[in-house]
Amino acid sequence: MANYSTNEFKAGLKVMLDGDPCSIVENELVKPGKGQAFNRVKLRNLMTGRVGEKTFKSGDSLEGADVMDLEMEYLYTDGDMWHFMKTDGSFEQYAVEKKALGDSVKWLKEQVPYIITLWNDKAISVTPPNFIELEVVETDPGLKGDTAQGGSKPATLSSGAVVRVPLFINQGEVLKIDTRSGDYVSRA
Amino acid sequence: MAIDWQPSASLETLRERARLMVKVRDFFAQRDVLEVETPVLGQGGSTDVHLVSLHTLARTDKGQRRLWLQTSPEFHMKRLLAAGSGPIFQLARSFRDGEIGGRHNIEFTMLEWYRPQFTLDQLIDETATLIMSLLPSFPGPLVHYRYRELFHTYLEIDPFTTPLEKLRSLAAKRAQMSAQSLAAEGRDTCLDLLMSVVIEPQLGQRELSVVLDYPASQAALARRHQDVDGEWVSSRFEVYLNGIELANGYDELIDAAEQRTRFADDNAERRRLGLPEVDVDERLLAALEHGMPEGAGVALGIDRLIQLALGKARLEDVLAFSTPNC
Repeated sequence: MANYSTNEFKAGLKVMLDGDPCSIVENELVKPGKGQAFNRVKLRNLMTGRVGEKTFKSGDSLEGADVMDLEMEYLYTDGDMWHFMKTDGSFEQYAVEKKALGDSVKWLKEQVPYIITLWNDKAISVTPPNFIELEVVETDPGLKGDTAQGGSKPATLSSGAVVRVPLFINQGEVLKIDTRSGDYVSRA
Repeated sequence: MAIDWQPSASLETLRERARLMVKVRDFFAQRDVLEVETPVLGQGGSTDVHLVSLHTLARTDKGQRRLWLQTSPEFHMKRLLAAGSGPIFQLARSFRDGEIGGRHNIEFTMLEWYRPQFTLDQLIDETATLIMSLLPSFPGPLVHYRYRELFHTYLEIDPFTTPLEKLRSLAAKRAQMSAQSLAAEGRDTCLDLLMSVVIEPQLGQRELSVVLDYPASQAALARRHQDVDGEWVSSRFEVYLNGIELANGYDELIDAAEQRTRFADDNAERRRLGLPEVDVDERLLAALEHGMPEGAGVALGIDRLIQLALGKARLEDVLAFSTPNC
């Protein structure tokens, strides 16, 4: 991979840091009155998801990371691995480990497209679509007429996620959920 | 992909910017400070080790010559002072290669002015008055700090006496840097890093902060003097607002021999670091030999001040076209 110097660091650039692939979140040139220039760089570690800050001397460089985001549909799990297929018509499949799946495991639904991040052709993270439609498999019976009042109750969805829903929601209904916050949006 | 040709700043911002520029010119007109325009190109350039100068080749009366794009209008303005101009100011396009970011642009506008016979304190007051006159509301009082005092307050060390090894490890730790990347760096680099990462963000919050008594090694083109502790320090000040460095002022060095030594030292340091040497401005040295009046001068990043006055997030928000968009 190419090397990138601090001048070329910009949001979204993927670089290697301490052996892990990272995505640059922010890069700020810091130059005191009469001194040497530094770059304060915020990076997201793509293996752990954690964001950290690092300082580099201006002109230092980092090796680029062979990281790609690809759209793939979820197929099935065999218990050990979760299988996805590219949506580009190639039918190419990737097996994803539980660790790479992370929290996204609770938003899985067959035939829904996910963004799979590959590092050296190995899946390291899975990002669900911002909104997903899932069926309620278990919740207390809905309260008739209670459509305007506040109040909520837990509901278990077909993917296994448990979300707070309004009191009028019934088992078997399909709901639109915001996967970033885990909030109920509406009936689908 | 469509080419982005649109201005970096909104047209409304450019109108506000123009209004602020009128205020700047009024400020100096009321004080009988003459507006001057000096060349962007010069046969000499800034030898400052931490500035990267742009240069270009031009066909001149002496054949093809390398001319330097000025990193500030300082040298030409000092030649005017030596010629007897009296107080002068300039809104000067200046160039510093590689400096791009939320507070930097390779090509930017420097507001620089010189006050023969002024003391540093008088110039600090005038600088604060100008800054406050351009801000939409009172930023808080002007508060003075000594460099040493800031390091005591925020880092509990003495910047002048702390051993280099300790400075390196502290700077690496506070800036989230690997220790090895600072292993070869000197005191000033470590102090700069601590200043920018730890101290600067605390300055100019609900006040206008002015910092004085920088280490003598960070004097650049300022005189040096002994402070109240007997330490040799630079006769230099910096002004901060909202954690951003706005202005840098000097009790100007007028000693030609000392100036020549500093240029030579810079170029020696450049050779040591494998950086290109910069042609020394012989005309400035000749002007200093002729004699430049004692006094103080200050350079203020007017783009940054406009950015703060208009509450914009990034420098490019107040530039018609930032360098990445030029």
